[in-house]
Amino acid sequence: MADVAIERGGDPDAAHAETTTGLSNTKLAMWLFLASECMLFGALITTYVLYRGRSLVGPYPADVFDIPYTSVSSFVLLASSLTMVLALSAAQQRESGRMRLWLLTTALLGMTFVGGQVYEFTAFAHEGLGLSTNLFGTTFYVLTGFHGVHVTVGVLMLLSLFGMSYARRLPDDPSFPIEMVGLYWHFVDIVWIVIFTVVYLVPTPNPGGAGGP
Amino acid sequence: MMRQVGRDPGDTVRAGSPSPSFEELRETEGTVRKRLLWAAAAIGLLLLLGACAPEASQDTLQPKGPYAEKLNDLFIPVFWVAVFVFVVVEGGIIWISIRYRHRKGRDRIPAQTHGNTKLEIGWTIAPAIILAGVMVPTIAGIWDLARKPPEDALNVTVEGYQWWWGFEYTDDDMQTSYGDNKQIRTADVLVIPEDRVVYLSLVGAGGQIVKDDPADSDYMVIHSFWIPELAGKQDVVPGRTNHILMQADEPGMYEGQCAEFCGLQHGRMLVRVRALSAEDWDAWVANQKGRGVTPTDGQASQGMDLFLGQLSGGRGSCIECHAVGGTDATSEAGPELTHFADPTHECFAGCIWETTDREALEAWLRDPEAVKMGSKMPDYDLTEEEIDALVEYLYSLR
Amino acid sequence: MATVTTTRREGILRRPMATTGFWSWFTTIDHKKIGILYGATALVFFLIGGIEALLIRAQLAGPDGTLLNADQYNQIFTMHGVTMVFLFVMPMSAAFFNYFIPLMIGARDVAFPRLNAYSYWLFLFGGLFIYSSFFLGGAPNCGWFCYAPNSIFDPSVGPTYYALGLILTGIASTAGAVNLAVTVINMRAPGMSLFRVPVFVWMGLVVQLLLAFSLPIITVALFQLLFDREFGTHFFDPTAGGDPILWQHLFWLFGHPEVYILVLPAFGIVSEILPVFSRKPLFGYQFVVFSGIAIGFIGFGVWAHHMFAAGLGPVANTAFGVSTAIIAIPTGVKIFNWMGTMYGGDIRFTSAMLFAIGTVTMFVIGGLSGVTHTIVPHDYQQTDTYYIVAHFHYVIFGGAVFGLFGGMYYWWPKVFGRLLHEGLGKLHFVLMLIGFNLAFGPMHILGLQGMIRRTYTYPESLGLTFWNQVATIGAYLIAVSILVFLVNVVVTHRRARPGDVADPWDARTIEWMTPSPPPIHNFDEIPTVHALDEFWHRKYVEDERTGRLVPAQAGAADGHPAEVHGGGHGIHLPSPSYWPLVAALGMPIISYGVIYSWWLLGAGVLVTMVGLYAWALEPSVASGDV
Repeated sequence: MADVAIERGGDPDAAHAETTTGLSNTKLAMWLFLASECMLFGALITTYVLYRGRSLVGPYPADVFDIPYTSVSSFVLLASSLTMVLALSAAQQRESGRMRLWLLTTALLGMTFVGGQVYEFTAFAHEGLGLSTNLFGTTFYVLTGFHGVHVTVGVLMLLSLFGMSYARRLPDDPSFPIEMVGLYWHFVDIVWIVIFTVVYLVPTPNPGGAGGP
Repeated sequence: MMRQVGRDPGDTVRAGSPSPSFEELRETEGTVRKRLLWAAAAIGLLLLLGACAPEASQDTLQPKGPYAEKLNDLFIPVFWVAVFVFVVVEGGIIWISIRYRHRKGRDRIPAQTHGNTKLEIGWTIAPAIILAGVMVPTIAGIWDLARKPPEDALNVTVEGYQWWWGFEYTDDDMQTSYGDNKQIRTADVLVIPEDRVVYLSLVGAGGQIVKDDPADSDYMVIHSFWIPELAGKQDVVPGRTNHILMQADEPGMYEGQCAEFCGLQHGRMLVRVRALSAEDWDAWVANQKGRGVTPTDGQASQGMDLFLGQLSGGRGSCIECHAVGGTDATSEAGPELTHFADPTHECFAGCIWETTDREALEAWLRDPEAVKMGSKMPDYDLTEEEIDALVEYLYSLR
Repeated sequence: MATVTTTRREGILRRPMATTGFWSWFTTIDHKKIGILYGATALVFFLIGGIEALLIRAQLAGPDGTLLNADQYNQIFTMHGVTMVFLFVMPMSAAFFNYFIPLMIGARDVAFPRLNAYSYWLFLFGGLFIYSSFFLGGAPNCGWFCYAPNSIFDPSVGPTYYALGLILTGIASTAGAVNLAVTVINMRAPGMSLFRVPVFVWMGLVVQLLLAFSLPIITVALFQLLFDREFGTHFFDPTAGGDPILWQHLFWLFGHPEVYILVLPAFGIVSEILPVFSRKPLFGYQFVVFSGIAIGFIGFGVWAHHMFAAGLGPVANTAFGVSTAIIAIPTGVKIFNWMGTMYGGDIRFTSAMLFAIGTVTMFVIGGLSGVTHTIVPHDYQQTDTYYIVAHFHYVIFGGAVFGLFGGMYYWWPKVFGRLLHEGLGKLHFVLMLIGFNLAFGPMHILGLQGMIRRTYTYPESLGLTFWNQVATIGAYLIAVSILVFLVNVVVTHRRARPGDVADPWDARTIEWMTPSPPPIHNFDEIPTVHALDEFWHRKYVEDERTGRLVPAQAGAADGHPAEVHGGGHGIHLPSPSYWPLVAALGMPIISYGVIYSWWLLGAGVLVTMVGLYAWALEPSVASGDV
C-alpha cells in the first residue's frame, strides 16, 4: 500500500480531478485498506486469544515477559504518533526542514521499537521460547512479528518520504502524502495498543497449575 | 439504433426498419415450448432408467434404525416443500417466458413498471414463514440428537486412523480376560447388538507410526464417521470428542465410509457395522473376551512365530504395530488382530477386501503399496512361504 | 493519442507509451485492456479446470476406476476446485467489473490504474505459481478448503503451493477490491447518485467490500498453514494442543462470503440482461440492491453451516441453522424481482437472455437444496457427500457460470465490436443446460445414496454406478457446449461483418452510449446522469398525451453513439507502465524462495522493492504526453 500512498501523493489524478464524495481517492483507498487490515489483525489476535493458556509445555508468558521493558518500547511507539502529527503540521505549514526533522524522528522511534522487538525476541529465545516450542511461542511470535513487519514497512515509507523531500521529489504542498503515511502509522500504533493490552497486560492462565513451572 | 415497426396501436412504437443483427434474434418463437417438452421427456426417461439402477447400500433414504429415521422424517417434508416452491417458481418463470415472449413483427414497449412495495413485502414474508416452519422441527431435532444416551446404551470409542477404523468397547462388562484386562477392541467392523442404543465417542487416533520417510508415517487427522442407514455423520476431530447415537432395528450388515477428506486413501476408508441378535451378541462378546487362539497346526504356528518375532535380516516385526490379545503383541498403532478370522470381522485394511478373500490377503502382505497406495502397512519383502504361514496364522485367529 | 508509439527517457527505463500492439498488453493500465486480460486468462484457466473435471468424471464413470491413482486424483480434484473458484469465476467476475464499472458509472478509468495492472499480474503469477507445482513435486492435494491437520502433515509439497499461491491471488484481489470500491464510491458521473447506478455496479461494490473484509482472514489462515508446514509452528497441530477446528473457522469465515463473491457478480449481470431483453426496468430496484447488501452482510454470519458435523454443539448449530435460513430470504427476494421484471415484458430470447434465465432457474435449484441444508440433523447425512457437490455446482455453475456466459454474449459486441453468432450461442446454451443438469442433477441422488465426495473410487457393491455414468455423460456434454462456444468465438472473429454494434440490444445503461469498442478515454464528454437507466431515458420519452413511451425524436441524438466519434483530444490519461508487472513479478519469486532458498527470497524482495519504488517515483502521466 505504501506505493499507493506515495504514487498519488499530492499528484492530482489527471483523468479525474474531482471525486463524487469530495474525498480524495487515495484517502478513501487508505481507509478501506486499513479496514481490511483490521480483519487481518483481528484474525491474528483472535488466534492468540483462543490459544491463551493452552500451551502444553513452557515457557509461559509469565516466565518471559518483562512488562516494564515492553512498556517503554510501547511508549516509544506511541510517542512516534505524536512526532508524526508534528511532521504533518510542519508539512501543512510548508516548513520542509521541520517536516524532515519530525519524519526522521518518527522513523527513528519506529526503528527503536522494532529494534526493541528484535532484542525481546532474542531474549525470549534465550529463555527457551522458540517459534515451535509451544502454542504461546507460535501465536506470540507470529502476531507480534506481523505487527513488527507492519512497523518496518511504515519506517520504510517514512524514510522514503524523507528521501523524496530531500531530493525535492515531493510536491510543493507535501502534506497529502505525509497525511496518508500518517494514517497508516497511527493505525499500526493503535493495533499495538490492542496487542500490548491483550498479550502483555491481560494475565494468562497457565495450564498445569498455578504459577507455571 | 433502429426499431421494428409495431402493429398494436396502444402499446407500440414506430421507428425505422429492423437492424440486420436483429433477424437472428427472432427465430425463437415456439422453441421454448419445444425445449420444455424435450426436457420433460429426457427427465422422464432418466427416471425410468434410474429405476433399473441397483439398490444402493449406503442409502440415507432407507433408514434402518430410529436415529436415521428421525433425520429422514425431518428431510422428507422439507423436500416436498422444496418441490412445491420449485414447481411454483420454475413454472412461473416458464409461464412468464411463454406468455410475454416477443412476437415476430410486433414491436412493443411494455408498461415500464418499477416495482410494487406490497408485493415486495409479500415475497419477503412468505419465504420467512416457510423457513420458520422448517426451522422449528429442525431445532427440536438438533437438541434431540444432542441428548445424553440412555443408561443401558452400549459405549464404544471410535478411532479414526489413516485409513481404517478402530473400535474400543469401553463399558465395564466389556473387559477381556487377558492382559491387563484391557477392553475389547476391533478394527474395520463395528459389532453391535440389535435394538440397543449405541453411544459412539469419536476420537482422532494415529500418529504412532513414525518412519524416516514422512510419506510412510501416519498422522492424526480429521475423519468423519458415517453409517448412512443408522445415523448421520460426525467428524472425528483430533483433540476433541464428538458423539453419535445409533441403533439398528434388525440384525444385519450396514455399510459406511469416512466422509471427511483425510489424505491419500480417503476414498478407501470403508467401515461396516454388523448388528447381531441378542444371543449372537452374547456369544460374540464371550468370544471376544478370550485371548487370541494359539494355533497347533504346523504352518499356522510357524506363522505365529514369524508374527511375534523379528523377521530375519532386520526387516522389522509385525508387532511393531499390531496386537493379538494374550501375546506379546500389544501395539495399538495398527488394526487389532486378536480375532481376525472371527466371522464378524468380514473385511480388512479399511474394509476394502473380504477377510475370506485369501488372494487379497496374500497380495496385501506381499506388497501393500501395490494394492493400497500410501498405506502405512510396511512392505517387509516377505517370501511366499512367510506369507503362507502368516495367512494361516491370521486365519486361525477366530 | 491512441496511436502514440514514441518512447521517451523517464526515470530508470524508457517510459512505454504505446497503447496498441503486442507489447502494449504488458504495460497497459487501461481498465478495458486489463479487463480483457482478466477475461482471457480466466477463460484459459476455465478450460484447464474443465479438463480436470473431465478427468474426474472419467475416473468415476465406473466402479473401481483406474484412469487415475489416488494421488493423481487428489491433485486433480483439488486443482479443479481451486482453479474454478480462484482462477476462473473470481477473475472472470473481475474482468466484467474492470471493464464495465468505469463505463457504467461514467468514469474514464478506475481510481488507481497502475494498481489495477498490478492486481492482474499478481493474479496471473499466483495462478501460474500454483500450477507450476504440477512440475515441481506435485500439486495441492488437500481439497479446495485444505483442512488442517491433514494439510499440515501431508508430506507432499502441494499444500505449501496452495498456501503461497492463494496468498498471492488474495493480495491481488484485495488490491483490486480497494481499487474498484473506491472507483464506485468516488468516480461516478455527475448526477449519478448511488441509486442511479446499475445493479451490476452495486453488486460490484458489495463484492469488493466482501473481498476486502474476508480475504485478510484467509490470508492469516494461509500464513498459519504455511508457518505450520515450513517453520514448525503449531497453529493446527493437535499433538501440541492446536485446534484443527480453528482452520475451519478461519477458512469458512472467508469461505462463505466467498460464495457470494462468486455469485453476486452473476446476479448483477442477470439484473442487467433481464430488463434489457424484457424491455422493462428492473422490478423493485431498491429491493434488489438492498437484498444484495443484506446477502453480503448476513453472509459473514453463516460460516459454521459448513461445519455442522464438526461437533460445535447444539447452540452453535441452532444459531447457524437459523442464520442460514435467514439468508435464503433476500435471495428469494431477488428471484421474485427478476420474475417481476420479466412479467408483462416483451421478452426476446437472445443467447444472453437464455443464459440469464438459465442462471435464475438453475440457481433456484441450488437455493432450494441449500434450504435443505438448514435441516441441521439431516445435514449430518448430506454434508461431505455428492449432495453437497450437486448443491454448490447448482449455485456456482448454475448461478455464477451461466450468468458469466450471459454477460459474455451480452457485452461481447461492446468489448470487441462484433456480435457473437446467435445460433451457435443458443446451441451452446441448450447443450450446456442439458449437460449441466445431467451432470449435477444425479449427484443429488448419489449423495443421498451415500456417495462421499472426494473419493477417487467406489466399489460396485455400493450401487452408485448408474447415476455416475449419467453424470459423466453430462460432463462431457458440457465440454461439447464449451467447444461450441469456442467455435463461436473463432467464427465471430473470422467473419468480416461487425454489424451494428453500437446498441444492438436497445440497452438501458450508459456504457452503450460509447462506441463499440469504446475509445481509450471511454467518453468524449462525461454524460450527466438524470435517472436510473439513463440511456433508455435518452432514447424514449413519455408521450404527454397517452402517457406511453415513444422514441425521443430530435432529442434522441443527445449522447447518441453515432455522434460521439473522433473526440477525446486534450484528455490526459495515466500513461502505461512497466512497474506494476515488475512489482508483481517479485512476489512469486519470494514464494519460491520460501520453499527453496533464502537467496531466492531475497532476490524476490529486491525485485518487488525495485518495482514499487520505480512505480512510486514515476509520474502517473508521462511528461509531454499531451
